Amino acid sequence: MNLQPDTLLVLALCGYGIGAVGGLLFMRREKLANAFSFGAAALSALIGLLAALLFLSAGAAGPQITLLPPLVPYIQLSIRPDPLGAFFLVIVSLLGLALSIYSIGYAKSYFGRKNVGVLGAFFNALLLATTLLFVADNIWLFLISWELTALTAYCLVSFEHEQPETRDAGVLYFIMAHIDAGCIILGFLLLYQASGDYNFASLHHIGAKMAAGKRDAAFILFLLGFGIKAGIVPLHIWLPVAHPVAPSNVSALLSGVIIKCGIYGLIRVLFDFMGPPPLWWGVTVLTAGTVSAVLGVLYALMEHDLKRLLAYHSIENIGIILMGLGAALLFLHSGHPLLAALGLVAGLYHTINHASFKGLLFMGAGSVLHATHTRNMEEMGGLAKRMPDTAMFFLVGAVAISALPPLNGFVSEWLTYQALLQGFGTTESLMRLMFPLSGAMLALTGTLAAACFVKAFGITFLAQPRSEPAARAHEVGPSMRLGMALLTLACVALGLFPTQLIRLLDPVTQQLTGLELGPRVSLNNGLVLSALSGKAGTISTVGMVLMAACLLPIPLGLWLVFGRKAKTRRGPTWDCGQRGLTPQMEYTATGFSKPIRMIFKALFRPRRDVQREYDFSPHFARKLRFESHVEEVFVRRLYRPLRILILRVSRRIRALQAGSIHAYLLYIFATLLLLLIFAL
Amino acid sequence: MNLDLTAILAQTALLLALSPLLTGLIRNWKAKLQNRRGPRVWQPYFDLAKFLRKDMVISEHASWVFSITPYVLFLTALSAGLMTPMVTALAPMSLLGGALALIGLLGLGRFFLALGGLDPASAFGGMGSSREMTLSAIAEPAMMLAIFTVAIAAGSTNLSQIVLASQMPGWKFLDPSHALAFAAMFIVLLAETGRLPIDNPATHLELTMIHEAMLLEYSGRYLALIEWGASIKQLVLMALLANIFFPAGLAAHTTPAAFALGLLFLIVKLAVLAGAVVVVETTNAKLRLFRVPDLLSAAFILAMLALVSTFLFR
Repeated sequence: MNLQPDTLLVLALCGYGIGAVGGLLFMRREKLANAFSFGAAALSALIGLLAALLFLSAGAAGPQITLLPPLVPYIQLSIRPDPLGAFFLVIVSLLGLALSIYSIGYAKSYFGRKNVGVLGAFFNALLLATTLLFVADNIWLFLISWELTALTAYCLVSFEHEQPETRDAGVLYFIMAHIDAGCIILGFLLLYQASGDYNFASLHHIGAKMAAGKRDAAFILFLLGFGIKAGIVPLHIWLPVAHPVAPSNVSALLSGVIIKCGIYGLIRVLFDFMGPPPLWWGVTVLTAGTVSAVLGVLYALMEHDLKRLLAYHSIENIGIILMGLGAALLFLHSGHPLLAALGLVAGLYHTINHASFKGLLFMGAGSVLHATHTRNMEEMGGLAKRMPDTAMFFLVGAVAISALPPLNGFVSEWLTYQALLQGFGTTESLMRLMFPLSGAMLALTGTLAAACFVKAFGITFLAQPRSEPAARAHEVGPSMRLGMALLTLACVALGLFPTQLIRLLDPVTQQLTGLELGPRVSLNNGLVLSALSGKAGTISTVGMVLMAACLLPIPLGLWLVFGRKAKTRRGPTWDCGQRGLTPQMEYTATGFSKPIRMIFKALFRPRRDVQREYDFSPHFARKLRFESHVEEVFVRRLYRPLRILILRVSRRIRALQAGSIHAYLLYIFATLLLLLIFAL
Repeated sequence: MNLDLTAILAQTALLLALSPLLTGLIRNWKAKLQNRRGPRVWQPYFDLAKFLRKDMVISEHASWVFSITPYVLFLTALSAGLMTPMVTALAPMSLLGGALALIGLLGLGRFFLALGGLDPASAFGGMGSSREMTLSAIAEPAMMLAIFTVAIAAGSTNLSQIVLASQMPGWKFLDPSHALAFAAMFIVLLAETGRLPIDNPATHLELTMIHEAMLLEYSGRYLALIEWGASIKQLVLMALLANIFFPAGLAAHTTPAAFALGLLFLIVKLAVLAGAVVVVETTNAKLRLFRVPDLLSAAFILAMLALVSTFLFR
């Protein structure tokens, strides 16, 4: 049977649907519900991945598929996967596949406690909604799946709703998701005004036909709307609250896919619909990216909740993606489509990279949570010996996210650097300084991320266990390890073979900038990645690995020549003559990031509270209580005053709600009258 | 890929052989300048041989990360060295990566060394890792910006291309952007190689050491690899600084005479740079940890000025 990609896509969508329904049907029998719903999700994701790769390699937009006959006039439920959508379909399917496999093991920890069938149902529904979002070809279906995504994600975030912390996080996510939906609806209404048609095809470069004011208004609305979803600073506040409380497989999905919906929307709107961008759009996006990257990683360093730390890193990585996209917008403005393609590829490459390593890291954090029942890094330690496979997977993710060679984070940041550096020559104005400065901030972000992941990996997995549960931890089951192994493999493959992925991205850049990058950046049969021309710079991650492998005989040979007689033994760590080291003497996560907290204290405004109880001298305390707290500047300066303002205004407005039916009738009458006057 | 096998082998040998000598030279000169007799110039070779022969004690708390760290550090330093123009303008492995890859590789080594510091559960190691990662995070933007300045001038991040571009006629060191970028890079060099006034390579005092604190639990073969790796890193960074800003004498032809001349020039340039490091180390006291960011921000400002002046003096 000759399987067409569009058949496969519909099959995958049905598979998610069946998985969701099955989860609900079997919810009384949790083992069956678990196996059925996550199994169906894994299978559908695999089919979806296949379909997406076929669409991408076909290179052109697929045929329009009508899913359901239109029930209401205007509302067409039709999909049409074009290269951009297909690329995001690859991301959601890849992550969906690994996470579904992982979830089969992870959900077991809920047996007897929570309804696993419901978890599986919503998990499938979320995958279905995001898949639909990426292939929707008209405004209606896009908005419907956008809302479906937000709602299912809300249900998943609030899955453990017994905890008040979770409920609060869920509500915050719900509010933010609806503010963003509101902005996007308004933005699309402006676009619709110009096009008069809901189809995406008719919206192509519609911005060029719009009045400048309306176009800028649409840009701001879309940036706000998609920015909330993506977690651009300062619209990011839901991320570090919602990610940690959700089940870990859902956190990975939130970070890998949901926030990427915002990136997808931005790319779709800015590069496909809005036409040639004015200068300030690019400047805004590049600045927002730089600020998000630096602040995201700085706040991540202050965290000792493993999942919150990862959530802040999502903000950082969204920033890095936006740097590539912002540079691309600036190049489109200055008329350098080839460089724009380079910036776009850097952003897209980092998008799939972030999905793979952040998914991996969240799965690793979930495994640690599974084994130790805590998210607090200060109570972990020594897990590398107790969970060697998880430790190795997490280490790969940590190296990748720290943008170190030879893994995938390095490649996409290298492309971003190249785009920024080559941007210096595109303009004669003082604006050009923005590019290398953003590059320097990217370097700061990269090394701070490395510092943060030395902390995250070192405190969690190395040294002595700091608590009883950590000492008793054991390796997680095979399905969870398989899920992590899949994304580890993705990180390595994306790191070692960049030219292959860029070739796969060719249809996307062809669609959005009219140029193909693949043949221009690939040297030596694709083993070497070059920055448009070989002269501008080349890297070969696979070459680096081979080189290191060839050099390995040197240290091994030294050992053979000199150290044949040398023995190795295990001994205690030097303890300055004390009687043995206890875990309390180890460096803590808070201590590790203290120098950074001190250096950037103008930003962090750390608060600390120390209480000593002592008999004769404060240096010999009997009891010591230490509390240190860093509050985000945006919460302090923006959101708290805003909340107070909203509450105050609502209290005033409450006077209208007097409870008297006569008053309400008067309101209705007055409104009707006003509307009539307005209509006439 | 057409790789010149002899060039690779020769440069590997050069990196391995020359790096302990550079370390020994700096130690010896520093002692002389401080009216001490000091160790012989060759002492690091004997030290390495001694470490390689010694038994190893590995902390009972340490995991496999502790054991792979020395290899990662050594191999990344060596790989970075193969991407750097040393004797010839064309580095043997320059196709595999340029300035950004070099910084990345050194960063990978540092990442693992910091993990190796945390692994044996000692507070010293944790302190060293924390400080090393913090300071490198502040040093790196300055280094990147300085490299961007020369990379933009050369139109390439490939180190060989950068060196070739600075060999062009019309290059002069007194070009303000070059001089400022050099100053910034020199400060970063002090930070990256763990030298005074940022870190004291000779100390084992708990509260002041940074680099040394991470290696406290390493012994025997592992210590030898780490020490050697650190020496290679120092050689690579110094050669980079020397060759980017003073490209004179780099072999352009593949004749033995050109190579010999290139080697001679390299050694002279390194010796001058080592002399500068020795003078700085002798005349400066170690900065308090929270004063170091000021120095590194100064490096960042210098690099920024370098960039602005490429823009102004065109």
